[in-house]
This record gives sequence, structure tokens and C-alpha cells, in this order.
Amino acid sequence: MFRYLPLILKNCWRNRRRTLLTIASIGVSMCLLGVMIAMFHAMYLSDATPDQALRLVTRNRISLTVVMPQSYQPHIGQMQGVREVMISQWFGGTYIDAKHFFARFAVEPEKLFSMYGELRIPDDQRKAFEHDRTACVIGRDLANKYNFHVGDRITLVGDIFPGDFEFTIRGIFDGPRASEVLYFSRDYLEQSMPERRRGSAGMFVIKIDNPASSTRIAEAIDNEYHNATAQTKTESEQAFALSFVSMIGNVKMFLVAISAAVMFTILLVSANTMAMSVRERVREVGVLKTLGFTPGAILSMILGEAVSISLIGGTIGFLLSTILASGVSKAAGGLLPPIPPFQPAVAAACILTAAAIGLVSSLVPAMGASRIPIVDALRSTD
Amino acid sequence: MAIPLAYNLRNLVVRKTTTLMTALGIALTVAVLLSILALVNGLRTTLSSSGDPLQIVVLRKGSESEIVSNFLRAQYQDLKFKPGIAAGKDGQPLASLEVVTVINLASIDNPEGVNLTVRGLPPVGIEMRPAIHIASGRWFQPGRREVVVGKSVAARYPDARLGKKIQFGRGMWDVVGVFDAGQGAQSSEIWGDLNQVSSDLQRLDVLSSALVRTTDAVTAKALINDINNDQRLNMNALSEKDYYDAQTTSAAPIEYIGIFVSIVMAVGSSFAAMNTMYAAVARRAREIGTLRVLGFSQASILFSFFIESVLLAGLGGVLGCLLVLPLNGITTGMGTANFSETAFNFHVSPEIMAAGLGFAIVLGAVGGLFPARNAAKKEILVALREI
Repeated sequence: MFRYLPLILKNCWRNRRRTLLTIASIGVSMCLLGVMIAMFHAMYLSDATPDQALRLVTRNRISLTVVMPQSYQPHIGQMQGVREVMISQWFGGTYIDAKHFFARFAVEPEKLFSMYGELRIPDDQRKAFEHDRTACVIGRDLANKYNFHVGDRITLVGDIFPGDFEFTIRGIFDGPRASEVLYFSRDYLEQSMPERRRGSAGMFVIKIDNPASSTRIAEAIDNEYHNATAQTKTESEQAFALSFVSMIGNVKMFLVAISAAVMFTILLVSANTMAMSVRERVREVGVLKTLGFTPGAILSMILGEAVSISLIGGTIGFLLSTILASGVSKAAGGLLPPIPPFQPAVAAACILTAAAIGLVSSLVPAMGASRIPIVDALRSTD
Repeated sequence: MAIPLAYNLRNLVVRKTTTLMTALGIALTVAVLLSILALVNGLRTTLSSSGDPLQIVVLRKGSESEIVSNFLRAQYQDLKFKPGIAAGKDGQPLASLEVVTVINLASIDNPEGVNLTVRGLPPVGIEMRPAIHIASGRWFQPGRREVVVGKSVAARYPDARLGKKIQFGRGMWDVVGVFDAGQGAQSSEIWGDLNQVSSDLQRLDVLSSALVRTTDAVTAKALINDINNDQRLNMNALSEKDYYDAQTTSAAPIEYIGIFVSIVMAVGSSFAAMNTMYAAVARRAREIGTLRVLGFSQASILFSFFIESVLLAGLGGVLGCLLVLPLNGITTGMGTANFSETAFNFHVSPEIMAAGLGFAIVLGAVGGLFPARNAAKKEILVALREI
């Protein structure tokens, strides 16, 4: 088949405008498809990072908004395979107004950076954070967004936890994922609350010794509190993060439906182009046949043309999609798992899809052309 | 003089395969746009029909939604006797103190569990929502561990059907009734007795919000100002309608993504339309020459091919509308500000169908402009000689 490659390329190049328009059309659509596939891959198919695989999150079974007693902490900490347990509390609140939204958590400062080993912070900043009750640390992305510096003060107005909270930024940390997040000391929060609201925990973040035992430990924790007033639900950090995505709606179906529509559109575009170019060339096919080209050769030439056009379009689209995907990942601000810039599986999926679409789209015109009798082909006027 | 439209129509019909394929490509683009618009439109319809402009939601200052709001019983006593609050059948003010929480329940679509709003309210709260009535079973009785669920909840959550038990707070609750809130967001809620729910949640004193009814629009406005300016109360009041309208912002990200996706798809489809139109122009070179010889001006040729492209895209637009019509009325759910899911129906309204058609026509116009110019600029002799 590669014998015909020069001829195939010449044919592609004959109607330059059409080929370029088709490549552009497929490229743009494949770019979109590439982003969808990358998002789907990042959310549902990728493995947890080594750090993530070691963490579980326990929340109240009823929902995340209902707290659990703090006394669960030492108990969970004693379970076999558990290395460390940190209380983490979603703070909510408002910074300036609802539009300036970022995540805020009250945590145990001395455990934060051992729990999230992938976060990097200068030692002096970490110590300053641990020693100042009203300190907070923020992610690099958040610092860049609002131009915060170490030493700045931030005031949050509480809603779940009433009151005005003033924090001093003691550190800025870097992490592998989007980090529009603020952590502050849980002690500060506890002391601001009336006696009766103290001593509870929104979540327990648990670090375990071995990723293989995560299911066993999660079950053990949930069984332990099965008969308690506050029952628990323990899941991997990855699953916990995904449950936030599913709160927006049925994201999985949304992605699949749009991808299907995009794929079908590319199929139509490509099929249309190939049908047009074959129709223009019926007489030529007749001539080729007279010269001794077999129907098989003609079939493979036309299929080859379609596949090369959609492969070029698909590759361009995939390259564009890597740029777009990183933009999407930034814009989502940590709600989505990070989308890696180049994922071999995603690349393969995109390019194979493009090739398959090219093949399927040209099957009908190619079969028609290869089967047409020579006399009819030579007589055809179009 | 203009070339008759019939010429374009017949051309489209003659090349029916190409026409259909191009139109279908455009149709899919329009369908993606319309399904997102129908989704957002459905959520808006539901939320905007949920609130009564005469009723006022009172939240803690700084709270955007009931779930993060705190409301003390003592504050309620101050609020209840404000002037302007309408009186109920028993002469008591129509003011309902409510507690709102979220529970996680497995739904048909999502067996992992979805967040649902649970609302504890006093009998007056039911009286204040006259549009909502029991569809089957009965209302919960005060002091009992009983709940009633909205119609969407009963339909979407197998564990929350009539006669089942659901677990939250300190134990099991019987589902004794299903209420019909029409299109309203309340259909996605579970309701129980205020005192029973709040004691189960250990929130006897710290509740979530209050709903008060005023007599007329002017009083409503005055009362909102009165509450907002009351330093001692330190509360934020807004009309129930505004409260629900504000929640439609939770659909904004989906809307943006949808519009972005459709625009990218539209770029692809307009290239495809351009391809088809270029092919049409190339095939009809001799026809164009003949038309020019007959005396049709360059402008009318330009216009004719432009119109043909618009017609082609318009056909795609119509097909796109037909493709999304079956979506109309399908129920889905989306997370809203209350950290829980609100169920609503896709709503394919005539307005959004018009928008989809307009979108297709713009797409066809963009795709048809260059080929049409190409057609108009052909030299007569060259065009006539082309095979």
C-alpha cells in the first residue's frame, strides 16, 4: 500500500482548498474531542498519585455538612495500618464577596505538611505557620490570583462559623495540582466558637502505611462506627474528590454525549469530503483501471487518502487539545483532577479515533469507485 | 434582478446526499448548543417558579444559602412581630422558622449517593406554601419521626419512596407522604417536623433560616429594608423569588462550557459548510457563466449562493431542533448553592429553538460568504469554458 503513498499525497494536494478546509474542520473538532478524552481520562481512568493513594477521607455518612465527634481521631489513629490522622474542617465563609471564592480549611498545622507530602514550603514559613495561632498558608495559585504575599492579612467573614476571622499569611506552598486553597489552624476556629459547638470534626484525613490496605482500613473504620450516633463513610481521597465533581451533575454522561456528537460530526465532514472528491474523479478511476490498477489498489488508494487527511487533522487537533486542556485544568481551579500535558493513552485514543473515522467515512465512496465498470467510469460526465 | 429562490432549493435537492450530510453536521452542532441551553433553561424555570415575591427569606448576614445560615430561636421571636407580616388563619403571624441540612442518598442515576436537602419546618411553613399539596400518603405529624418527600425525590431515589425508611440524625424516619410542588425546587426536598428534625440534628437553638409572608408588594419591600437595617437582628432578608433566582448562577459554569463547546464545533461545521459550497460553486461554473450571460449581475450571483448556504444551514438548524425535542421533559439533576441536588426537566422552549436556528444561520452565512464571492467573481468566458 505504501507504494501508492506519493500518489495518495498528490491526490490530497490536488484540491488544496478542500483538503485544508477538511483538515481544519477535523482539527478543530478533534481538539475538542481531545480535551473531552483527556478530562475523562483524568477523572475516571487515571490512577491515584503515590501520595494520594496513601490517603483516605472519613466524613459523616449522612453528608459532608454534618460533623463527627473529634474523639474519633485518636481511635482511628490506633487502627492497624494507620500512620496519621488529621482533622480538616471546611470553613466556607466569604472573602470580599461570593465571587472571590476559594477553598478554605481549618486543619492541624503541625500535621498538614506531613499529611500532604507533595506540598512544598520553606521550613521557616512552615514553622511560622505552626507557631502563630492566627496564621494561614495559601497555595501558589491563590497567591498569584490575588497578589498575596507572606505577611499580608486576609479577613474572612464566617457563615457556617459566625464571626470575622483575620489571618496573617505565614507561608505560600507549591504543589503538583491547582492550589487555590487556604489552610489555617483549627485551634483558632475552636476558640472562636461557643463551648457547645467545639470538639467536632468535619473530615478526618487519614494517612496509611500501604495503599493495598486502603479498602480494608476504610471498611474497618466504617464498621467501627456502625452503631455510633455519627456513622462514618470512608473513601479514598480520589473517590472523595470525584464525589464533588458528581455533585455538579452527571458529568460522565455529559462528556460521553458531547464526545459522541463531536465524533459523529467529524465523520460526516470527512465522509462528505471524500464523497465529493471521489465523485469528481470517476473518469480518472476509469483511466487507472484501464492502465491495469486492480479494484483493490483503487480501494486502498481512496481509503489511504481519507485516512491521511483525517490523521493530519487528528494530530493537529490533538496538539491543540493539549494546550486547551491545560487551560481548562487551570480554569477549573482544582475542582477537576489535574490534566497531565501529555498522556500517551489519550494521544493514542485521539489519533486512533481520527484514523478510524477516516477509514469509516471513505468506505462507501471507495467501494463504489473500486467496483464501477470501466466503461461506465470513462463515460461519466461530472 | 434576483435569482429565484427555487433555483437554490432545487440545487440543494439535486445534491441531496451532500446537502444532508452537511446539514446533519450543522444539526449536531446546533443540537449540542440546544441541549445545554435546554438544561440551563430547565433549571431556571424550576428555580424561578419556586419563589413567591410576597414571601421573604431571612438568612444570617453573609450567608448566600440556607445551608450555611444560622438563625437563633431568640432572633425569630424578634422577627416574628415585625410590622408587615401577614396573619394566618389562626391569627398568628405567617413566619416559619426552618432548619435545613443535607443528607446523602443513593439515586437511580448515581448509586454512590447524591446530596439532598432536608428541611424541618413548623405547620405554619406548610400553610405558607399553598401551592404545595400532598400527592399521596399524608403530611408528617409534629413530634413524630416522619417525613414527606417531594415528587422528584420519590421518583429518583428508590430509598425515599412512600413507605420506606430513611436514615439521618439519630435514626430512621418513615416516609409517610409524597408532596407535589409542581415545577418548584421544593420537589427535590425532604420535609419533616421542625422540632423533631432540629433535635435530631442537635440544633435545637441554632436553626437555619426563616420565611415570612407579607400582605402586599409594598409591605414586602418595606419589611426587607426594615430587617436589613435592623442592627440588633443582623440578618439578611430578600424576597423568596430573588433567593431562588440568585441560585441560577450555579448553572453558569455548565452554560459557559456548553457555549464554548458549541462555538468550537461551529467553527468546524462552518469549514464543512464552506467545503460543500465551494464544491457547489465549482460544479456549477458553467451555470454561473450562463446566468451572467442571461444578464444576472455579480451581486445577484453572490446573493444567490450566499442564500443557498444559509438555506443549507437553516435546514441543519431545523434538524438540530428536531434532534433535541425528545429531550424536552426529561428529568435530570444539578447541584445548587445549597450543596445539594435540585431536580428539573430539560425545557426546550421556542425561544431557545429560535436561538439555535439563528446560530445555524450565522454559521451558514460565515461558511457561504467566501464561496459566494468566489462564484460572483468568475469571469464569464472562463466560467463557460469550464467543464
